[in-house]
Amino acid sequence: MAELSYREAVAHGIAQEMRRDPQLVMLGEDIASAGGVFKTTVGLLDEFGPGRVRDTPISEQAILGAAMGAAMTGIPVIAEIMFSDFLAVCWDIVANQMAKSRYMTGGQVNIPVVIRTANGGGSRFGAQHSQSVENWCMMIPGLKVVAPSTPADVVGLMAAAVRDPDPVVFFEHKSLLATKAEVPDGEIVEQLGEARLVREGSDCTIAALALMVPRALEAADRLAGDGIAAEIIDVRSLVPLDTQALLSSVAKTGRFYTVEENPRLCGWGAELASIVADEGFWNLDGPVVRITTPHIPLPSAEALEDMSLPTADRIYETVRKTMD
Amino acid sequence: MSTERADPGAYDYSQRSARLPAAVNQSNRDLPISIESRLELYELQQVLRQFEQRAYDLFMQNLVKGTSHLSLGMEAVAAGFGLAKRPDDYSFATYRGHAHTIAAGVPLGPVMAELLGRENGLLKGKGGSMHLTSVDHGMMGSYAIIGAHLCIANGAAWSAQLRGTDQVAIAFFGDGTTNIGAFHEALNLAVIWKLPVVFVCENNLYMEYTPIDVVSAVPNPAADRGPAYGLEGILVDGNDADAVFHVASRALAKARAGDGPSLIEAVTYRHGGHSRADPGKYRPADEVEAWLDRDPIPMYHRRLLELGVPEGDLATIQQSVAGRVEEATEYAKNGLHPGPEHLFTDVWADGGSAWRN
Repeated sequence: MAELSYREAVAHGIAQEMRRDPQLVMLGEDIASAGGVFKTTVGLLDEFGPGRVRDTPISEQAILGAAMGAAMTGIPVIAEIMFSDFLAVCWDIVANQMAKSRYMTGGQVNIPVVIRTANGGGSRFGAQHSQSVENWCMMIPGLKVVAPSTPADVVGLMAAAVRDPDPVVFFEHKSLLATKAEVPDGEIVEQLGEARLVREGSDCTIAALALMVPRALEAADRLAGDGIAAEIIDVRSLVPLDTQALLSSVAKTGRFYTVEENPRLCGWGAELASIVADEGFWNLDGPVVRITTPHIPLPSAEALEDMSLPTADRIYETVRKTMD
Repeated sequence: MSTERADPGAYDYSQRSARLPAAVNQSNRDLPISIESRLELYELQQVLRQFEQRAYDLFMQNLVKGTSHLSLGMEAVAAGFGLAKRPDDYSFATYRGHAHTIAAGVPLGPVMAELLGRENGLLKGKGGSMHLTSVDHGMMGSYAIIGAHLCIANGAAWSAQLRGTDQVAIAFFGDGTTNIGAFHEALNLAVIWKLPVVFVCENNLYMEYTPIDVVSAVPNPAADRGPAYGLEGILVDGNDADAVFHVASRALAKARAGDGPSLIEAVTYRHGGHSRADPGKYRPADEVEAWLDRDPIPMYHRRLLELGVPEGDLATIQQSVAGRVEEATEYAKNGLHPGPEHLFTDVWADGGSAWRN
C-alpha cells in the first residue's frame, strides 16, 4: 500500500497497462518529453520509449484519427486530449467516427481507444478550460464514459478502460490531481459500469461524480450532525450505467439527489432522475432534486467560479431544506 | 462602388468558361505495364462502370433509398490504385466509395445488397452506400463526413509501422476535402512521422455544387498544397488508368520502403451530379461534353486495340462483367429486409447495445 496523488495515479495506471500489453501505445500534446502539462504522464517516456509514448503537434483531429486508425488495425491506443473542452475541435472523430463505426459496419471493426482528458472546474481557467463535458459523451451511442474520483479508481478504471475493446472517454478531474490516497499494491482492475457505495446511510441517496464526490461526502458529515444519514454513491461510470446501485439505494432511503458539476441542461443527473422516477417512483418519499452548476459558461474569477460549482455548503443546505 | 455583376459566371456557374480536359498523353501507352495488367485495368474499369450504371438504374426504380454518390467517369483512379495496391494494404474512401470498395476486391453482390438495404448487404443494411467497409479486404471504411479519414488512414499506417509490416494505407478523397482542417493536420503528421500512407485527391473540379477553383486559394487544390508540408505536388491524369497505375505503383513502393507519404492529385470529372438529388446543372454544357469525350473507358479500349488486343477479347470481358453485375443485382434483390433482431446488435464489441444494468 502506497500513498499516491491522483496525478501520480494516472501515470501509475497507464504504466501498469503498458507493462502488461507491449502493443499498447499512447500519443498526445506534450505527453512524452514534458510528462504532460498536468504532469500526469511523468516517467512514461523513460520507461517505454519514444516509439510507444509520442508527442504530437497541436492537431486534435490528427491525434484521435491516428488513435482510431491504429486501433481498428490491431494496436490499442491511449490518446490524450489536453483539456476536455478541446474535444469540440475533434468531435467528428469522437462522435461520428469512433462511436459509430462498429455499428455502421455491421460489427466489422473494434476501436480499443481510451481518450484521456482533463475535465472540470476549480482552477480559475475560465469558460474554455474548465468545463465538465462528460454529458457530451454520454449522449452518443457507442461511447463509454468514466470519471474516477480517487487515486485507486484512477488506476483501476484506467485498466478497465484500456482492456475494454470499445472507445472509452476517461475524464481526469483537474481539481483532484493534487489529492492523495492509499493505493493498494499489485495490479488493480475495476469494472466499467459499477458504481461505488462510498458512504452508507438510510435517509437519502446522493449520486455524485468526480470532484463532486468529496464535496458530497463533506456535506454528508454535516448532515449527520443534524441527524440525517446520507448515502453517497460515486457513479464512476456513466456508460455503462449502474442503475441497480441507484435504484436499490433509493429503495432503502426514499430520497434521491444528484450532484453535478455540469451546467443544468441535459446533465447526467437528469437521466438518472428520469430512471429513478420511472422505475423507483413508488419508493420515493419526495421529489428528486438535482444540484448543478447554473446554466452559464463558467466564469474565471475565483469568487465567481466558487459561486457556480456545487459546494459542500450548497449540497448540505439543499438537502437540509428539502428533507424538512 | 459598383454592385453590378460583371461576370455572369460569378453567380451562375453554368455560364463560366469551361474547364476543359487535357488531351490524352499518348506516350502513356509506352509505360512499362504488361498487357495482362492492362487487361485487368480494363476489366476493373468495366466492373466499376457497369456496377454503378446498374446502381443508378436501381435508384430510378426506387429500389435504393436514401442517397448515393456515383463515380461514373472517375473509374480510372480506383482501377489504377486497385491494381497497384497489395491485397493487405488499407483503403479509406469518402461517401463516394463504391468504386474503391469494389477495386479492393469486395464481391459485387454484398455491395449491391447494401445499397438496397438488405440483410445480405456488406454491412447487414446498417451502413448503406456512404459507409461501405470490408475489413477482410483491407477496405477500412467509407467516411461520409470528409476529412477525418485522412487522419484515420494515418493511424492505420502508424499501426503498420508499429507492427513492422510493410503495409501501406491509401486515403481517397475529393477536391473539396483539401479545404478542411483535417486534410492539413493529416499531411503534417504523416510527414513528421514518415508514415506509409498515400493521399489521393480525386479532383473532379466540383466540391459538391461549387467549382473547386472558386473556393480554393490555389489552382491545384491538393498538389499545390503539398510543398507546404515538404511533399512533392504530384498531378496525374485521372482519366488514364495507365498513368494512375504508374504513379500509384511508385508512391506505394516509396511508402513500403519506409520513405514516407505521398500526395497525388488525379484530375478527373464525374459524369453525373454530386449525388442522387443533383442533376449537375451548374456545369457549362460544353465542359460536360468535352469531358464525356475524354471518358476513360473508351479511351482505354482504343489503347488496348492499338496495343494489339483483339476486339473480341474486350467484348468477352464486357459481357462477362455484365453477367457478374446481373448476378449481383439478383443477389441483392433476393436479400431480405433486415429484421428487428439486427437493430440492437454491434454497438459494442460484445455484440450488443446495453448501456445499463
